[in-house]
Amino acid sequence: MAIEVTMPQMGADMTEGTLVRWVKQVGEEVTRGEILAEIETDKATVELEAFESGVLRKHVVSEGETVPVGQVIAILGTTGEAIAEEHPRIPAAEVASRKIVDAGAGVAGAPVLAVGAPTGTAPGEPSTDGAGRLRISPVARRIAHEANLDPAALRGSGPDGRILRRDVEAAVRAVETRPAAGPAVAAAPAATMAPVTPVAAPRLTAAGAVQPLSKMRQAIARRMTLSKLTQPHYYLTLDVDMTAAMAFREQLNASADDAHRVSVNDLVVKACALALQRHPKFNAEFTDEGLRTHDEINVDIGIALDEGLIAPAILHCGDKTLGRIALESKDLVARAKSGHLRAEEYSAGTFTITNLGAYGVEMLIGIINPPQAAILGVGSVMAQPVVRDGEVVVAQVMKVALSADHRVSDGAEGARFIKEIQGFLENPVSLAL
Amino acid sequence: MVEMRMRDALREALREEMTRDPKIFLMGEDIGAYGGSYAVTKGLLEEFGEHRVRDTPIAESGIIGAGIGAAMGGLRPMVELMTINFSLLALDQIVNSAAKLYYMSNGQINVPMVVRMASGGGSQLAATHSHSLEGLYAHFPGIKVVCPSNPADAKGLLKRAFRDDNTVIFIEHTANYGTKGDVPDDPDYLVEFGEANVLREGTDVTIVGYSGSVHQAMRAANMLAEQEGLSAEVIDLRTLRPLDIETVITSVKKTNRAVIVEDDWKFGGFAGELSAQIMERAFDWLDAPVARVCGKDVPMPYNRNLEFAALPSEEDVVEAVLAMM
Repeated sequence: MAIEVTMPQMGADMTEGTLVRWVKQVGEEVTRGEILAEIETDKATVELEAFESGVLRKHVVSEGETVPVGQVIAILGTTGEAIAEEHPRIPAAEVASRKIVDAGAGVAGAPVLAVGAPTGTAPGEPSTDGAGRLRISPVARRIAHEANLDPAALRGSGPDGRILRRDVEAAVRAVETRPAAGPAVAAAPAATMAPVTPVAAPRLTAAGAVQPLSKMRQAIARRMTLSKLTQPHYYLTLDVDMTAAMAFREQLNASADDAHRVSVNDLVVKACALALQRHPKFNAEFTDEGLRTHDEINVDIGIALDEGLIAPAILHCGDKTLGRIALESKDLVARAKSGHLRAEEYSAGTFTITNLGAYGVEMLIGIINPPQAAILGVGSVMAQPVVRDGEVVVAQVMKVALSADHRVSDGAEGARFIKEIQGFLENPVSLAL
Repeated sequence: MVEMRMRDALREALREEMTRDPKIFLMGEDIGAYGGSYAVTKGLLEEFGEHRVRDTPIAESGIIGAGIGAAMGGLRPMVELMTINFSLLALDQIVNSAAKLYYMSNGQINVPMVVRMASGGGSQLAATHSHSLEGLYAHFPGIKVVCPSNPADAKGLLKRAFRDDNTVIFIEHTANYGTKGDVPDDPDYLVEFGEANVLREGTDVTIVGYSGSVHQAMRAANMLAEQEGLSAEVIDLRTLRPLDIETVITSVKKTNRAVIVEDDWKFGGFAGELSAQIMERAFDWLDAPVARVCGKDVPMPYNRNLEFAALPSEEDVVEAVLAMM
């Protein structure tokens, strides 16, 4: 029987993907697990594996085409088997409406959080009726349409959660008061609307060329805006005395080859993984239904790229040794830079570490990577005078900053968590266990 | 400007118009010697004589029919009916003759008659004297329906009614007869038909009323401002036919919400008509469904407490507004 291969959804906010290259050609045998094609999302280029074995009978989508999630892109079957001539295209309108349904149903990871909605007055239920139709007043719908805002991303403050004029206007204001992120936030939902409407022009007063935003730039803008608008951050900073950790690392690296060398960041990843096991609230996600804690500890590490930033995860850190983490983080950085991450790696993260120590930054206060509960910002290890046993001595000091979602945890819990991280780093033998 | 009650303002309008136009005469039950059930015509018999101020038998259909005949013959009659409930006895004359003759005669005959009638509850006059049937008359093409809420409008609209070549149903709320207000003493002061009055400007909700319900609307707007910090715009329609829908639509496009207040029953009433027109003309400006605050779906009770419960109150209006925020 012919099997339809569809554009997969890799990551919660992926609505479409571009088929970069067909790895398997028509007529070739395909074994389950083999790479069929390379697909580009707004985050990275990923390899699409075959979930079934068979003969590749047809490429429905050509190289270079961008199609919505769920669109049939290829047909697997047996040689000689009759297959359909036509494969219906999913119109953009349907993508938009499915997105609305998803948001209404509160599916995990769907964009149920409002952009700019007044959080204080937001009722608990999503702005849809039981059938998934968006509950929005006519005037709110009109203004959202004119502003190129996707109303499905808004939270209604009216009776029965109806999205009202004030909700849309608040979202429009939120976009307008953030000139940099504004056009991207407005533009992203527009791409899912039908017919595709022109992206709202950025409100620039000074003369100058407007550079179109890359997909990655749009994604960063959208996600960072979402975080700052919906996740009330609190911040805790402290100094970690890394003197012992630096000596420990030197010892480890003395006999290691390049692949096994341990970086300062690897030490931080391991320390966080250990601390997260004891403080599951920081390995969690706030939802309207309740606090969702994750079984796995997948630590995202922020990686700067020429075109932006990506934070793929070192998966299952709770079970991995420091050496394994060091090995995998190097591989992850290499693949992130070459655009060969696996979907799980950039969608399954449960906690993020962002580290600008290599740039000599003293302290970095991060923006939470939604929908996670916290992010740890890591600064440079610097030689500093400290008082130890009444004597001024030189110590290797690293400043760390915890940004945490106050809906999930409170300051005292954050303090215990960051102290735990400090404790592991200052007694580095525990990292080797 | 002179301060006077609505009944005095109406009398001033009658006196000025009768003085201006000798073709105008008055007919009705107890309007002459007794001075009218609500004392609107008091003193006019003495001033203009029984030729122009005629007491009639209790026969609503007959006196409206006589009025139609007089108007067809070239006079300008004003017929007073004691209450709008009694006008139902003359409904055939009004609907089948007064409203249709101009059309059925291909414009050869018109009926320039003013029919005044008292409407509304609140005075313990029970189920056969207390209803508000403005919407019933607004249903029929061919007649104009006027319902003032204050003395100045009452005078200006009544004077305007006498200058209209069509039958004008002029409906006065019994609770308004004693209402005081400044009234222009200019004999040429007229209030044009089809021009609603924005009594109070606001930004959060439009409250529409006419006749007696304007006062509930205004009190509700004050309560909303003082207790809820909400800014209500209040519109007095003044005439239902012709209807100044433009003013209502302009307001709703600004406030995005509308509440219609009327004493009449909700089911099949004028508020339903207005609600439909708002929906047709301003759907894409609405933030909430249009709300109607109307009389309860029962004949008017006699008991004072029950009567108040049956009529729309300012608290009902406030509740309707809060439900749509």
